[in-house]
Amino acid sequence: MPSKINSSGQKVWQVRDRNGQLLNWALWMGAAIIFYISWMKISDQTTWFFVYDAPRIAADIGGRALPPKWEYITKLGKPIWDTLNIATLGTMFALIMAVPIAFMAAQNTTPSKLFARPLALLIIVSTRSVNSLIWALLLVSIVGPGVFAGLIAISIRSIGFCAKLLYEAIEEIDETQVEAIRATGGSGWQVMVYGIVPQILPAFAGIAVFRWDINIRESTVLGLVGAGGIGLQLQSSLNILAWPQVSLILAVILVAVVIGEFVSAKVRGAII
Amino acid sequence: MLKLDKLTKIYKTGDKALSEVDLEVPKGQVIALIGPSGAGKSTLIRCINRLVEPTSGSATLDGINITTLNSGGLRRERRRMGMIFQEYALVERLTVMENILSGRLGYVGFWRSFLRKFPQSDVDEAYRLLDRVGLAHMADKRADELSGGQRQRVGICRALIQDPALLLVDEPTASLDPKTSREIMRLIVEMCRERDLAAIINIHDVNLAKMFVQRVVGLEMGHMIFDGAPEELSPDVLTRIYGEEDWEATIETVDDDDEEDGS
Amino acid sequence: MSGSVDIGVKLSSRLGKPWRKPPFINSAPLRWTLLIGTVVYLILAFSSFEVNWSRVYAGLERGWRFIVAFSQPDFTSRSSDIIEGMTESVIMTVTSTVVGIAISIPIALGAASNIAPMPIYLACRFIISISRALNEIIVAILFVAIFGFGPLAGFLTLSFATIGFLAKLLAEDIEDMNKVQAEAVKSTGASWLQWVNFGVQPQIMPRLIGLSIYRLDINFRESAVLGLVGAGGIGATLNTAFDRYEFGTVAAILIIIIVVVMALEYLSGIIRARVK
Repeated sequence: MPSKINSSGQKVWQVRDRNGQLLNWALWMGAAIIFYISWMKISDQTTWFFVYDAPRIAADIGGRALPPKWEYITKLGKPIWDTLNIATLGTMFALIMAVPIAFMAAQNTTPSKLFARPLALLIIVSTRSVNSLIWALLLVSIVGPGVFAGLIAISIRSIGFCAKLLYEAIEEIDETQVEAIRATGGSGWQVMVYGIVPQILPAFAGIAVFRWDINIRESTVLGLVGAGGIGLQLQSSLNILAWPQVSLILAVILVAVVIGEFVSAKVRGAII
Repeated sequence: MLKLDKLTKIYKTGDKALSEVDLEVPKGQVIALIGPSGAGKSTLIRCINRLVEPTSGSATLDGINITTLNSGGLRRERRRMGMIFQEYALVERLTVMENILSGRLGYVGFWRSFLRKFPQSDVDEAYRLLDRVGLAHMADKRADELSGGQRQRVGICRALIQDPALLLVDEPTASLDPKTSREIMRLIVEMCRERDLAAIINIHDVNLAKMFVQRVVGLEMGHMIFDGAPEELSPDVLTRIYGEEDWEATIETVDDDDEEDGS
Repeated sequence: MSGSVDIGVKLSSRLGKPWRKPPFINSAPLRWTLLIGTVVYLILAFSSFEVNWSRVYAGLERGWRFIVAFSQPDFTSRSSDIIEGMTESVIMTVTSTVVGIAISIPIALGAASNIAPMPIYLACRFIISISRALNEIIVAILFVAIFGFGPLAGFLTLSFATIGFLAKLLAEDIEDMNKVQAEAVKSTGASWLQWVNFGVQPQIMPRLIGLSIYRLDINFRESAVLGLVGAGGIGATLNTAFDRYEFGTVAAILIIIIVVVMALEYLSGIIRARVK
């Protein structure tokens, strides 16, 4: 027990012993120094004049942006439709790709621990480490600007995310149910369809809806790098400093995100 | 019919779960496999249908050596061995009917099973079995809506629809209350009699075992140390299997139970 | 046998009749509506896609060059840009995570319905909703417009995003906490702050640490794109490399990002295992 005996021989209770206390203190000190240095770096690269001026600029932008240019909404129908499609179809393609990868990655279903599993884990980590905007940037430079690039970008980014959650669900299944199907003499695929799939189906549906919700958010900004959707309008409005259009677009995005979250919450509630 | 010859299982950790078990089960005989937990009861029956791969020795079913079969052959032989599990092991998110029909997976092709298009004879047999265990009205319920006793009945149906020659039963009553436990045991034994099935029933409850079977096999630390009629289970034998304890009381209770049951 | 009672189902009425799996959605009209709706949507969605296949085909060669570039990433020719960008990304990540956590904690306390009074609860939930609804990139664009280019805008963006994430999850954790433990501390006559310190904090600490590290990981990944809109970090370097089709440099940057993310995940695994 961390306690020590003081000069007059009485025990003094402490949460930590002396070395622990020193270490704890040193860690906090180190963290504070790192934070201070980092902050100074940011500060060096900041034109503080602009920052002091920020409230006025913010008020200025706010003044120009309001009220939103409502009639511009007629031009947003197609971009919103594209955004929805990028998110929905992107999630769909990602799930199609993620299922085999997840089965390859899960300890209990992988065909080979030496080859398939590491490969699947590599795909998972590399696709999910890179933000969908970067994937979009890459795909725009490969297949050219447009909705197609956005769709592929969203798909790729979602593969790792879905496959990771799915393979964790596969690893958590009840093995005795699988064993029971195997004991009836079912083939490998039958064991899969009767023993494993029913157990992971709820997780699968949950992941699909969860990722769809995220993809709605992400696909709204893909247009900033030319990958289609409502972000394109945002980018062009920003370029010409058309603030009333910007505020309308932001409002539309906000509504889309809220609807997306509402729908996904409803669907998840219905499944579970 | 079933013959185990020096069946041995050593786990990767080095634990010897079974050592050279010899056992012969004639057609239609129900035997109880007793022993403390960790004695290797589960391993033994899983080595027979190779859910666990035995390390050495052999298991022969009607002259076919199961231990050396390739995967196709093993699947064919597994159809002849129905298995019943401790925690029922129903696929909880499938319906009762799907669970029972899953016992026919070894007989139908992948696409038929995938589309749930089982032959009419299988469907009829499933209904007959359900009716026999008193769950005909539950056919389209999901398995996780059932009580423990009901689930185990479905588990029994799933094993029987395989049209097996042998039942491998792993602690069928361990998760059930005493009354349901007896009902389930009685059902299993009755079914075996009706269909002339052999069965190996793992059970740690000596009383229950003695009530229902003609032959008891005792396992301790992977060794078979008793094989005989239930009446031969003396306190001495039980001490060898389970360790020191006042067994007189247990044996007396059994007699009481039997009388009570008979009345 | 108790089971031999038939409950309204005659065996003879079942035999010989085919069996079908009960459908997932019971109401037939709803089932068909959903099915047809899905098919119609998919047809419309696919037909509205305009894919310039010749452009895609022409791009395949570039795509291949990109994949090849991964086998020989070019760390050297833009090394000073990469180092500068990465340092900036790391700095933004660290500072914004620290500040974000510091602000999240009081907001999380305020957004937990079991310990905060109603007006505070609503205010804190409002802040969280705003922060969650706005995409990081959009926030970054606004902050760049207001505060000018540079890492300050990125730092503010990430701090703001951290609040929505951390405060929400933490508040849920506080709402789920063990009431008895907290009441036990309250019954000793502790003040509100003491109560939070002794009754609430120990219960949510492991989760707070876990979430913080997870957020550090997210912030790093996000910091890599903020540069696209001028909010500092490696994103600007990446964007330039893409514009010049310098796939070797792109590959190098992506590899660094992936390695750092993997390292952070590994680290968070260790730390989470230790605090449990």
